[in-house]
Amino acid sequence: MKSRSREIVQWQGPSKRYDIVKEFVVALTVVAILTLALSALFSSPDEPSLTIKSWANTSSEDFVLAAATELDGSSPSASYGPPYVAIPGSGQKIGPVNLQALAGVRTPVNSANAFVIDPLRAWPNPSSSLTFALGAWARASPDQQQQWASAYVQALGETKQLKATGAADKYGPVPELTSSLLVMAKSGALDGVVALGSNFYQTNYTHSLLFMGDGTYLEDAAVKQNLGGDQSGMMNETGSYPGQAWLWLYTFWYQIPPFSNEATTIGANADAVVWGIMMLLSLLLLLVPFLPGIRSIPRWIPLYRIIWRQWYRNHPMPGK
Amino acid sequence: MSTTKSVGQTPSTLWTARLRNKFFGGLPPERLLPDKQPAYVASWIYVFGVLTIASLLIIIASGVWLSFEGPLWWHTSNVGHFVNSIHFWSVQLFFFSMAIHLWGKFWMSAWRGGRSRTWMTGVLAFLASIGTAFTGYLVQTNFDSQWIASEAKDGLNSVGIGAWFNVLNVGQALLLHVAALPLIVGLITIIHVLQVRRRGVVPPVGFEDSSGDAA
Repeated sequence: MKSRSREIVQWQGPSKRYDIVKEFVVALTVVAILTLALSALFSSPDEPSLTIKSWANTSSEDFVLAAATELDGSSPSASYGPPYVAIPGSGQKIGPVNLQALAGVRTPVNSANAFVIDPLRAWPNPSSSLTFALGAWARASPDQQQQWASAYVQALGETKQLKATGAADKYGPVPELTSSLLVMAKSGALDGVVALGSNFYQTNYTHSLLFMGDGTYLEDAAVKQNLGGDQSGMMNETGSYPGQAWLWLYTFWYQIPPFSNEATTIGANADAVVWGIMMLLSLLLLLVPFLPGIRSIPRWIPLYRIIWRQWYRNHPMPGK
Repeated sequence: MSTTKSVGQTPSTLWTARLRNKFFGGLPPERLLPDKQPAYVASWIYVFGVLTIASLLIIIASGVWLSFEGPLWWHTSNVGHFVNSIHFWSVQLFFFSMAIHLWGKFWMSAWRGGRSRTWMTGVLAFLASIGTAFTGYLVQTNFDSQWIASEAKDGLNSVGIGAWFNVLNVGQALLLHVAALPLIVGLITIIHVLQVRRRGVVPPVGFEDSSGDAA
């Protein structure tokens, strides 16, 4: 039986002339003309990228608050877990399996240093107050740094202002650090420093995008374009253009409970669970020929009779 | 019923001869480029397979053009923007054609008659194409790619893939998009088409015995 299954059964019934090369050339011509026409008529979307400079200039409060949360370790990137930060117990799970933690920290990011302290140290002509603030921060213990920064984050959250005022010993050098970073960001200098680090060449924007993602500026811009996570964002495109419609099933899960409800276990692990579901469905699609029931659906719903209606008209099946 | 087991085969222990026998035994020239097809090949649904391949060729041609000029060219050049538009719309046509082709083959139970590998290579081509298109969206170097990268990183990180495939690293995404992934899609597509040529087009349900008479 094994050798028989490898035999190639060729059709011995009625045939007709068929020029597949001509068919291909016609198809290529049609697609080429259609593509050129669509391109000429509708062009393609190109919404300019956002920058740290534009973030600092248009959403200064959001920028300063994000910078402060980098210092106190409460920003999304500082508390992310693998692959950026080693935090015991972090990472999403599929049931008991934590693939995120198993993969480990392979792109380590110290957000306080990478996004705030190191860029400020790179400032060519720092003011005396910034030099003093950087020194105070460097000399302080981690607990003291955390205490200053947390107090400042809380104060900024309450006042909704660019710079909270209060006793100097309560916030330490944090107000000077964040306001200096704002000045640096508004000038555009921070974009290069955060992205480049000590390199000349740059193709990796992990730091820049993580930092921008720690504020609300990037997400607010996306939501305005109907690209938010609860707006099927991954499959949409800026403007009125078609996006990645083929991701409809992937984004679909995020729109419905329990995946959309972060208060549930599944919702809190939605990214991993949705990935698990999509991997399983992809495997099932691959194995359709071998799945009893699934492979019989076309026989139960005989749309094939429409596809081959000409054939069946002239070649009725027995008993029909 | 006929078989091709003996076509062009020379018993040999040489790897070269074995490879030749395996390839050309199942794909003699008249089957690789046939000038006739079974009479049941008469439906618009058959057009979408070749439309998918035609779209892929337009994608590759426009992609090669874009790669010669670099990833930022299309932001500042009208010609570049037009070439990008060709790339963009051919991708849309590619997935549109492929989705209809896939659904058509599902309702035709096109895996019958030892054609499961044809179905499976088609599904693999579909999945690999999704990955290739996704990396394309990452390397647009505009707001859309910034946002897609920010969103997608959470999904990929949550299952550990992000530890090796960092969507925030545009250099990695660009190399995958212009080198590894098109090669994979191209190879799978070639294997898929050769499978179709080797096994022939699946007959209508009830006519699997190849004689043209209902089973």
